[in-house]
Amino acid sequence: MTFEEINNRAKSEWETLQKGSYILIGTATCGRAAGALDVVDAFNKELTRQGLEVPIIQVGCIELCYADPLVTISKPDSLRVVYHNVSPEIVPRLVEGYIAGDDPCLELALGTLEGDGGETVYIPELPRFEHECRLILGRCGYIDPENINHYIVNGGYSGLEKALKMSPENIIRELKKARMRGRGGAGFPTHRKWELCRKAKSIPKYVICNADEGDPGAFMDRVVLESDPHQVIEGMIIAGYAIGAEQGYIYVRAEYPLAIERIQIALKQANEFGFLGDNILDSEFTFNIEIAAGAGAFISGEETALIAAVEGKMSTPRPRPPYPAELGLWNKPTLLNNVKTFAYVPLIIERGGDWFTSIGTEGSKGTAVFTLAGKVANSGLAEVPMGTTLRELIYDIGGGIAKDKQFKAVQIGGPSGGCLPEILLDTPIDYDSLREAGSMMGSGGMIVMDEDNCMVDAARFFLDFSTKESCGKCTMCRLGTLQMLHILEDITAGRGKIRDIDLLLALAEDVKIGSLCGLGKTAPNPVLTTLRYFRDEYEAHVLEKRCPARVCPELTVYYILPDKCDRACEHCILTCPTEAIKGDKGEVKIIDQEKCSKCGTCLEVCPPEYNAVVKLSPVSLLPSSNSSVKRARK
Amino acid sequence: MVTEEQVDQAIAEILDSYKKDRKNLVPLLQKVQTRLGYLPKEAMQKIADFLEMPEVDVWGVATFYNQFRFVPLGKYHTMVCMGTACHLAGGRLIQEALERELDIKVGETAEDGIFSLERVACIGCCMLAPVIVIKDKIHPKMTPFKVEEALIPYKQSNEEKCQPPNTKH
Repeated sequence: MTFEEINNRAKSEWETLQKGSYILIGTATCGRAAGALDVVDAFNKELTRQGLEVPIIQVGCIELCYADPLVTISKPDSLRVVYHNVSPEIVPRLVEGYIAGDDPCLELALGTLEGDGGETVYIPELPRFEHECRLILGRCGYIDPENINHYIVNGGYSGLEKALKMSPENIIRELKKARMRGRGGAGFPTHRKWELCRKAKSIPKYVICNADEGDPGAFMDRVVLESDPHQVIEGMIIAGYAIGAEQGYIYVRAEYPLAIERIQIALKQANEFGFLGDNILDSEFTFNIEIAAGAGAFISGEETALIAAVEGKMSTPRPRPPYPAELGLWNKPTLLNNVKTFAYVPLIIERGGDWFTSIGTEGSKGTAVFTLAGKVANSGLAEVPMGTTLRELIYDIGGGIAKDKQFKAVQIGGPSGGCLPEILLDTPIDYDSLREAGSMMGSGGMIVMDEDNCMVDAARFFLDFSTKESCGKCTMCRLGTLQMLHILEDITAGRGKIRDIDLLLALAEDVKIGSLCGLGKTAPNPVLTTLRYFRDEYEAHVLEKRCPARVCPELTVYYILPDKCDRACEHCILTCPTEAIKGDKGEVKIIDQEKCSKCGTCLEVCPPEYNAVVKLSPVSLLPSSNSSVKRARK
Repeated sequence: MVTEEQVDQAIAEILDSYKKDRKNLVPLLQKVQTRLGYLPKEAMQKIADFLEMPEVDVWGVATFYNQFRFVPLGKYHTMVCMGTACHLAGGRLIQEALERELDIKVGETAEDGIFSLERVACIGCCMLAPVIVIKDKIHPKMTPFKVEEALIPYKQSNEEKCQPPNTKH
């Protein structure tokens, strides 16, 4: 079948779908966690009960994760309405109202996808979309990731069709013109990798897609693979053609079972349609892709370690050069790029490098995809042109800080990145500006912290992660990070000394110099940036034994304010897991500090009209009345 | 615990479907674990024989990756997420609550084989932080008190319907 015929067939399937009503339900992992599969069941049940035949399409994620589960109802000649936080209970109402009837149930809706000129929220006009520019997230959540025709009809595989008519050199030239930089974090010019692989003499050559998204707090690769996997596959096929490879691997972490399942389906369909296999689209070119499922190791995100993992070995990095472009998988030339890098390739080929350079900043072209999580009001994904500021991303797209709290820091780039304070919120997001500020683009995970987060504890958390995930090859990474962790544990437990801060700085330098790969070289970053921007918090822990955010358990106590305690209420007593709260009916409740496990349950259950439980730091703030009760009981 | 015959049979079937190629080591280990729930020592020996590589290398690879386990999991395997977002939202308190409620530490399986507890780096549901996963079901926005509530149906269903299997560590 020619590409035109494939395209026409896809188009007619799509048009048939648009002629009737249909329901889109976001069932990526994020939607599922919020209960989307129960919503699917509820729709199936209700449609059957009412004798209606309306297709339900399980789509990926439309990146408004805070509003999951999301359901879109599309009707011919009518508004497409998006409903948020849908529960199975409201499904009968939606079916009755908008599918059987003509009431769009706007009181349950997040908004509409078409403007009606009325008061209804028009989703594309939400403040966040003023900044967003969706290149690789554009189809996510609107097409069926398990139906290749949905991809084709929305522009899919036309980049490949065009690429196969170009010479490999011209494809690489187009990437060079686009000034595309790798989306894995380091920002290496993509065309240089491709060129090196193209020129390498040895055969066979390999293409590997790095989908080992190990950063805790980053999930955009998962979303791309679960919502629109074909764009990555198409990018890999073009890469294979450009460098002269016949075999590709997608290395996905095992923690993403749904992504693996959807890639498998996508690969099978791409094979059936002749986009993979022998003589792709009637050309001479042959290419196949296999999935290699990771087994859980953060270090596997490093390219040489990833190659070792695909070979079935322990995933440890090796010195470079030689680079994988010369000596990679099974010592053959190997092109290794991130999921998002491959996803941009079909677009660049189709629309040209010049189009790509029209988006972004001087040094960083195109868009950046970020996950916004932590204490931000509207968490989810965002794709913005490079150069958008952190403030725009957090406040305009993320809706600011949740629960009207005070912003404290934003952590970018995971365990390798840094924590940036409020004064740097106007930093533009691009490879170079972020590096200058002491952080890095990394994989694109962005975690917002508020006044209730302790920066020393955050640094300790990241170092704890790096220590556990260090492969153990380099001494400084294996033991240096451990020493740093011990110092931070001392500080958060109130055992720190002021000279520890200098020791941390010295060790950080040694770990950076003494480590072979990116994991060790960047592991001290969270410590260095928190020391640079939040040194006062370290000093409060060390000098005053005080945790300003009242997070570190050893420096914090819970206390029940006698004048606020209702006395008749026993919520805290009944729920305390260690039976640490005493006080008869009608008496003020008192926490026995020796029994208290500092779990915070009393604070959580104390009714808001009393709000009697508070956290105090340093421990010496505890009123003597509380301690005297303790002594008297003893 | 799985019997020796079950292990033998599972391994034989799994090895049958793979080529003798070093790159199949991790997929083989994964397949065995999916089937048996963990990696028994005999399974690793058989894989080493099959791939004609030293047992120590199989052991090395299996212990390198976080995914592999060497003791059987509980009937209700429970995971507490310790990704950045979960940590900042009080993940430590959730972990302590689970340890207290289940009376086991992270990485352990209870003696009666009902619950096991694992700490994972990030399951990618950061907007629902802090989360726990009990037998593949994600429980969002946990608090120490909600942990107790979330466990109740599992504890009850077990008391009512099933006899605890004779599992020993």
